[in-house]
Amino acid sequence: MTDSVKLDAKVSRRSLLKGAAGIAGLAAGSGAITGFPYIKASEPKVLRYLGTGVNEGDLIGQQCFKDTGIKIEYISATTDDVTKRVVTQPNSFDVLDTEYFSLKKLVPSGNILGLEAKKIKEFDNITPVFTKGQLPNGKKIGDQGTAPWKVLYLEGANSKNFSKTATDYVTLIPTVYNADTLGIRPDLIKRPITSWAELLNPEFKGKASILNIPSIGIMDAAMVIEATGQHKYADKGNMTKEEIDLTMKIMTEAKKAGQFRAFWKDFNESVNLMASGETVIQSMWSPAVTKVRSMGIPCTFQPLKEGYRSWASGFCISKATTGPKLEWAYEFVNWFLSGWAGGYLNRQGYYSAVLSTAKANMTEDEWGYWMEGKAAKSDIKAPDGSLLEKAGAVRDGGSYDDRMGNVACWNAVMDENDYMVRKWNEFIAA
Amino acid sequence: MIEERKSFIAWLQAGPMMLVFVAFFLLPLVFVVIVSAWDYNEYEMLPALSFRGYTDTFEGCIAQLPDLCTILKTYAKTVKLCFLTWAITLTIGFTIAYFLAFHVRSKTWQIVLSLLCTIPFWTSNVIRMIAWVPLLGRNGLVNQGLIDMGLIKVPMEWLLFSEFSVVLAFVHLFTFFMVVPIFNSMIRIDPKLVEAAYDAGATGFQTLVNIIIPLAKPGIVIGSIFVITIVMGDFVTIGVMGGQQIASAGKIIETRLNALQFPAAAANAVILLGITIVIISALTRLVDIRKEL
Repeated sequence: MTDSVKLDAKVSRRSLLKGAAGIAGLAAGSGAITGFPYIKASEPKVLRYLGTGVNEGDLIGQQCFKDTGIKIEYISATTDDVTKRVVTQPNSFDVLDTEYFSLKKLVPSGNILGLEAKKIKEFDNITPVFTKGQLPNGKKIGDQGTAPWKVLYLEGANSKNFSKTATDYVTLIPTVYNADTLGIRPDLIKRPITSWAELLNPEFKGKASILNIPSIGIMDAAMVIEATGQHKYADKGNMTKEEIDLTMKIMTEAKKAGQFRAFWKDFNESVNLMASGETVIQSMWSPAVTKVRSMGIPCTFQPLKEGYRSWASGFCISKATTGPKLEWAYEFVNWFLSGWAGGYLNRQGYYSAVLSTAKANMTEDEWGYWMEGKAAKSDIKAPDGSLLEKAGAVRDGGSYDDRMGNVACWNAVMDENDYMVRKWNEFIAA
Repeated sequence: MIEERKSFIAWLQAGPMMLVFVAFFLLPLVFVVIVSAWDYNEYEMLPALSFRGYTDTFEGCIAQLPDLCTILKTYAKTVKLCFLTWAITLTIGFTIAYFLAFHVRSKTWQIVLSLLCTIPFWTSNVIRMIAWVPLLGRNGLVNQGLIDMGLIKVPMEWLLFSEFSVVLAFVHLFTFFMVVPIFNSMIRIDPKLVEAAYDAGATGFQTLVNIIIPLAKPGIVIGSIFVITIVMGDFVTIGVMGGQQIASAGKIIETRLNALQFPAAAANAVILLGITIVIISALTRLVDIRKEL
């Protein structure tokens, strides 16, 4: 008898808590209490967000919660670990933030949902870089490697095949992208650098670096080798076995000759190498250059005549996400493209997929500096308010059209990926 | 009857540990061995018998003779680093343990000094390694100091991102794993034995070789097993301290895993396990640990 009384007491206390949480949740979510605490509303809107950290940030999460009531739970991992998790544990996330080149592995695994283009409000305003492979002004850009427009559409909702033409089903909604090049220390090099070939210039013996992530490192290597005139690739992002052999042979010779000080694998390593002066020229990512500069050390994200290696990432949704969660996921993607996040990313030196909404969230001066290559009229600040550039500065590489217009190739997964990874291991061991 | 009961209780006592061991070590290991013989494509494992993981790994090993192929080169390098680390940690670890066991008389001081040995573990692995850059780097403290003193003119580059820096970081990290088991063996040595040796006219060196080293053997072997197994499988320290330019057996497994080539990674893991077992069993053949404990 006493047992059942206890049980009752427990149950009633729990339901009371639930009710209270429901009202609190509702109040937080909508800002108003309608008077009918509907049980569904008591579930907080939570999305598990798996990604590499580029699009992440407490500020984005907070703003999203404020605007939509959706709480984002970040699960951060490296590019490789994200891919691994999608393939092996599709139930462990709802929204996936990944790069286009990973799709060649993710889509055949069947764990990614084909997104309905008509549910994405700004879909038609997404920059033609993604849909047609050209700038808004019509200029065609490089299509070597896993360019986004090659893997943007699926043949059907549940298809595992990429469609060559536009369909209603999209693999990955783009959010952010950039054009990467070599980072240099102008104060230590003391002369202009204009070509990727400089990475293998004996002048920088023991002071160069490349990244040790095979699928990206091989692209930088290819840019370098093509620039030295030793080989012209049909498609740097899809080499033949012979081309892989040749590329690795040239790189191995350089390595044996002591050209490279170190290879780097993570963001902080690249910042460290450059800031300490261990290297003066290396593959680099834009925010790492910004980080070195914010330490008061001169560092340039050097535009080169052969063009940029580009990457782009965005959102996929897990096939395991259904019901209201799926609707929240669409709501979240729509929010992300609606401008606030775009402005936030643009202000860090990335590019937003929907330019018009991002522009509305930036000042004219910010837009001029980051997007149009104009000299800054006042100091340029990072999203957290810290000083990035003083008034009068011009962005490395100039305007959006100058940078994205000179993209030569995209990060890629090759058909011969397995062979390439083996050869890369050989290169490291040499 | 009582005997039976005793052994039943012993099994019961060992049971939980055994279950944990079977569930979280033996079973996964069996899976790794099974998967290592599977086929794979870009994004999934194909449960069909294939030894591609192994054949790919040893690709070119015969064709390239007398040059070493990638995998042999990698293992030669890994074993070399492992041997250097082992030899240095053993020398330093043995000396520290000897000092703690025979020269420090008070228990309190023994404890305090052993705790001092744990200082390298007070910060995270990655931070510890990044901290070497300002010390050993081209513009680091050591090079700047030597240049300022006029001893060298150009900075010595081999201090960082080299085999030297890898071994240095390993020694810094793992000497402690030698100190503890050797110290543990040494304090069990009956002081009367040392006194008897002295009375019988043995020199300090003779005492060391004939009494202390043989009796400290179990500690030496246990410490060696710790160091060798950790160094053989390491890829983080070799990666960061070697500037990602030095291959290691662990690194190959990591690269394969990151490329989603699980069977190939598993095959490499099995090979590494095999080689490590060979080294360890050779060591335990030198000393029967069970008997000595």
